[in-house]
Amino acid sequence: MGNLVALLILVPLVSAILIALVHDDKIRGYIVYTCGVIIMGLAIGTAIYWAKSGGETVVFNLPFNHVVDRLTLLGDVVLMVLIIVLSFKYNKKIISLISIVQTVIVVYVDLFGPKVKHTASMRFDYLSMIMILIIGIVGILIGIYAVGYMRGYHVHHKEYQDRRSFFLSIMFLFYGAMFGLVTTQNVLWLEFFWETTSVCSFLLIGYTKTEEAITNCFRALWMNLVGGLGFAVAIIYGSYTFHTHDLYTVIKASYSGKHTEIGVFVVAALAFAAISKTAQFPFSKWLLGAMVAPTPSSALLHSATMVKAGVYLLIRLSPALNVTSVGKMVYLIGGFTFFAGSLLAISQSDGKKVLAYSTISNLGLMAACAGVGSAECVWAAVFLMIFHAVSKSMCFQSVGAIENTTGSRDIEDMQGLLNRLPKLAMILLIGMVGMYLAPFGMLISKWAALKSVVDEHSVIMILFICYGSATTMFYWTKWMTKLTGMSEAKAKDVTQLNEYISMFTHAAMAILICVGLPFVSAKVVTPFINNYYVKDMFDGGTYGYTGTEAMSMANLTVMVVMIVAIVVVPLVNYYTTKDFEGRKTLAYMNGINTGDNESFVDAFGESKKLKVSNWYMEEYFGEKKLFNPSVLISAALIIIMLGMFLGGALV
Amino acid sequence: MNLILKSFITVIIYLVCAPFIGGLLNGIDRKISARMQRRVGPPILQPFYDVRKLFNKLPSAVDKRQLFLLMTYLFFVIFAGSMFFAGYDMLLVFFATSTAVIFLLLAASTTHSPYTGVGTMRELVQIMAYEPMELLTAVGFYTATCVGSYDNGASFMVSDFLKTDKPAIVYLPGFFIGFVFILTIKFRKSPFDLSTSHHAHQEVVKGLTAEFSGSMYAITEIAEWYEEVLLYGVVALFFITKNPISYIFALLAILVVFFLEILIDNVSARVKWDLMLKLTWGVILVFSGVNLLVLQYLNKLQELQFLNMFG
Repeated sequence: MGNLVALLILVPLVSAILIALVHDDKIRGYIVYTCGVIIMGLAIGTAIYWAKSGGETVVFNLPFNHVVDRLTLLGDVVLMVLIIVLSFKYNKKIISLISIVQTVIVVYVDLFGPKVKHTASMRFDYLSMIMILIIGIVGILIGIYAVGYMRGYHVHHKEYQDRRSFFLSIMFLFYGAMFGLVTTQNVLWLEFFWETTSVCSFLLIGYTKTEEAITNCFRALWMNLVGGLGFAVAIIYGSYTFHTHDLYTVIKASYSGKHTEIGVFVVAALAFAAISKTAQFPFSKWLLGAMVAPTPSSALLHSATMVKAGVYLLIRLSPALNVTSVGKMVYLIGGFTFFAGSLLAISQSDGKKVLAYSTISNLGLMAACAGVGSAECVWAAVFLMIFHAVSKSMCFQSVGAIENTTGSRDIEDMQGLLNRLPKLAMILLIGMVGMYLAPFGMLISKWAALKSVVDEHSVIMILFICYGSATTMFYWTKWMTKLTGMSEAKAKDVTQLNEYISMFTHAAMAILICVGLPFVSAKVVTPFINNYYVKDMFDGGTYGYTGTEAMSMANLTVMVVMIVAIVVVPLVNYYTTKDFEGRKTLAYMNGINTGDNESFVDAFGESKKLKVSNWYMEEYFGEKKLFNPSVLISAALIIIMLGMFLGGALV
Repeated sequence: MNLILKSFITVIIYLVCAPFIGGLLNGIDRKISARMQRRVGPPILQPFYDVRKLFNKLPSAVDKRQLFLLMTYLFFVIFAGSMFFAGYDMLLVFFATSTAVIFLLLAASTTHSPYTGVGTMRELVQIMAYEPMELLTAVGFYTATCVGSYDNGASFMVSDFLKTDKPAIVYLPGFFIGFVFILTIKFRKSPFDLSTSHHAHQEVVKGLTAEFSGSMYAITEIAEWYEEVLLYGVVALFFITKNPISYIFALLAILVVFFLEILIDNVSARVKWDLMLKLTWGVILVFSGVNLLVLQYLNKLQELQFLNMFG
């Protein structure tokens, strides 16, 4: 196991270096494919190997564990130096301060801190398996997509310097860091991988080096660095109070043992780190800003990596969040973000921005589920994460390809895309349907989430979910009606083969997971809950957990029947009505039609193009109206609650 | 086995009778409305004549994809209704109805017609306005089955809601008000009939449905009858207990709500979408929100008592 995981971290690292060195477009493409396939194979292989060997939680060390330990420390310093250099170069000196504080604490504690009980550095269980599969499959596919996409990108955008080797190389570095992040249990290592992902996303966002890109990437950096300070807290208290670097011991310390009040503060600090990473309010702005980068980086940040690291940590913390006040902080922030994010999405007509707000909103739901922390809720959170990773990556890739083809990603320009670019529109539709329509993935998870928050008597969460579902429905459906509407002739599709390979694989996966949901639930997610929640974290105790599945098998089966129905019924209907021999009529336009449905006769008797636009309701849901108040409310909530936990720890 | 057979028969009855009940209600509705306006009004069976005539019309369409989308809409409405009358999970029933509506919206928006365009957007706002209440209704019933039972037997199953000692309305008065409120939107009644009538000569141009003709429009009508029966089923659920006499009260309640909706329809003028959204969300929040708060509090107390008793 140790060797496999070591390879999983090492291979992306080597690939990254290799890709950075090669500048020939063709050769680099082949290297990306080869390395990508190797990493994907390794990820799947590791998952299978582990599952075959019993599926029990294993703790282990990497080969040359001690050397790796020193290397992470060195890595921390390297990251700090990099941040200092860049922030001085772009005159954002204050940001380097956060990094310096953090790194000094980590290095000091590691070198001069108290001696801690030695524990193994790595840990692998069901959640690690799910995560490496998401990173290894969805993440890598985005890498493959990126090769073709970036080729087209630089044809369209001659004004930007071509730094594709750098871009692809950072993506691979990202995979490596993520693999490490989800398999380690050492807080110091976790901190290192965490900061690496922050820096990687910072570099990706700043790719074009425009003024906007620079502003946005530094915003992403400082927000994530501030969040990362939560790790400094965990490391200090972990070492000095609990004498351990083991994440799970620290989490347990918040509900059992001597210094629970300090444990609670540590968990709150870690949850704070996760909240910034998952772009919850008040930190949402960094993820919105990340849009300036080329699409593959958005797809990567939104689906397989970065924000999912935050969700991962929250799920890990969830046993310590159930019916605690830290949990309350997390679910209030999460629930609020779910609702506010979906409201803000209504007012946007930029496709990528709608996707970004929808990510923020969905992450809010995941955070809320983890924050409520009951076993059923965590079940829902894990499922939400899986579905979201696949669907969102697909949506981003499709919108990116549409933009490369039509030159616009505005939803208003997507009228009748299903006619014009059938393949791309179909992929986008599958992604969207997976995001919100009954009975697909996200909705099933919402069902479970609603049930479990009712059981937890959290009225405000019930209201957030009910209202948030309605607003979510609004922004997705109105986009959908644009895609399926009427349109003029077909457009020429310039999407490259490798982009399609990635997108079709995604579509197949999305459908497979939906249909195979009962299987995934029974074989992966429920065992995770049983193992992690009951066995590992509560030492076999049942603490609020009844052992029943979040969703009965009968319900799951009905859902699958519905999924089949929703695919089969329209198809059957389509083919039986295909030969409908009706008179073709024109749409009603008060008798001022011009002969087609695209124009009408205006007041001067001339033909005028007709534009049927969606509603955006700026005056109610616009960014100007809602964004800053949302930030203020959530920031106040976090500050007050963190203050309370700190007070508890200091007493 | 008996139970499965029973729900099977109920579903069959629903499938066969719902369009007749729905159509009949529609006919009575038009008659009463006419009398309120001092008109004679059409015969009670007029909706059926209308549908028959629609089916006999020469087929014509702006976009022939509309037909399969509308058939899928009809299918999912019936699917949702069948799940409800089979005693199935109530949340799933509402999820299925909202999936159904999406097909209606897609059918309307395929045409690029300015009237259906506006109708689609208005319908979407209407859905956004009432959907929280639908989900909350399910939550309400779920919580109501918790209160008063120690066996932790809460569920979303409609069949379980029928087995209570006291009618749900005792626990859910606020939810009932909220639900009746959104029924006005659901039944496309004034003041919230935004999406299907918007134009001066509204009998001809009916917003969302403006571009459905002949059999397509007939399908839409039938789907709405099915949905109407489903929604009155939910109204009945507020009054039904395991005592058979309660079914009489349920029937009475349906008639009262039915009349109330006609009355509201006839005495009010259409409002703008933003007022509707604010009003609906406000009413839902105040009535069912407060109701839920009380209910959850009772529930929590009961759990604590339970814990004290046994541990």
